[in-house]
Amino acid sequence: MNWLALLRPGDWLILLIGAVAVGSSIPVFWQGGLADRAIIRQEGKVFAEVDLKARKQFEVAGPLGTTLIAVEPGRARVVSDPSPRQYCVKQGWLMRPGEIAICAPNRVSVQIAGRTKVYDSISY
Amino acid sequence: MTPSVIELSVTDEDRRVAWLATAAVGLSLVDAAIPSPLPGVKPGLANIVTLVVLARYGWGTAVWVSALRVLAGSLLLGYFLAPGFFLSLTGTTLSLLTLGLARHLPARWFGPVSLSILAAFAHIGGQLLLARAWLIPHDGVFLLTPVFAAAALVFGTINGLIAAKLLAEPAPLESSNV
Repeated sequence: MNWLALLRPGDWLILLIGAVAVGSSIPVFWQGGLADRAIIRQEGKVFAEVDLKARKQFEVAGPLGTTLIAVEPGRARVVSDPSPRQYCVKQGWLMRPGEIAICAPNRVSVQIAGRTKVYDSISY
Repeated sequence: MTPSVIELSVTDEDRRVAWLATAAVGLSLVDAAIPSPLPGVKPGLANIVTLVVLARYGWGTAVWVSALRVLAGSLLLGYFLAPGFFLSLTGTTLSLLTLGLARHLPARWFGPVSLSILAAFAHIGGQLLLARAWLIPHDGVFLLTPVFAAAALVFGTINGLIAAKLLAEPAPLESSNV
């Protein structure tokens, strides 16, 4: 049985339109889109805002010492931090808009931002 | 007192609808038995029956068969009047309306596969809108739209191909149907 013989020309058209519709629904519904900026804060103030395009490293000074932040295309992370529990380092790479690593003892944070602002949590 | 006898006359059409609805309910049960990675992603095998009925006996019969399937299927699976029942009803209603419009497409160009894909999209669209309006009143529901839409495309195509294959064979005789 040749299954392809069951498809009429218009069926291919509908299949194609359907595939395009599914493909184009991804950026529409997965809001925030891709990560395109990293916002580094020191003492709550913006220390640097970087496009996630090039490979860069930032050294941010805090009350405990220096926090080392690495930026790579599409992602960012805290490489090292003097904080005792290392939570922000253990979080690893941040890739999605809205993700944030906070090194509270050293008062440094890195946040990923996308095209649109997304909420990290919502209550109602 | 004279005993009154109420006689229900059963037409051939009634018998046919009952048989076809039984087939659809059977496929709904098979559907429910197939494990799914995500609630809401189901093959929707019973729609094969709807498509075949639509092509062979017309839209009115397809509506009857679908309505009976939703009712009997929900009773057998135990979700009658539960949220799942209303999701199922909304999806079926919207896909029947879509089929009612789409069956006027020129048959030379658009076969069962087209109808199946369009109906599958209408089905999941209706369910998402009902879920957004009633069950989960938050736009977060729509985050799953691409997944559901992709599933609708895949399963719509498969069901449409099966329906097209069944329709390519000669229609069963009425006597064997009753």
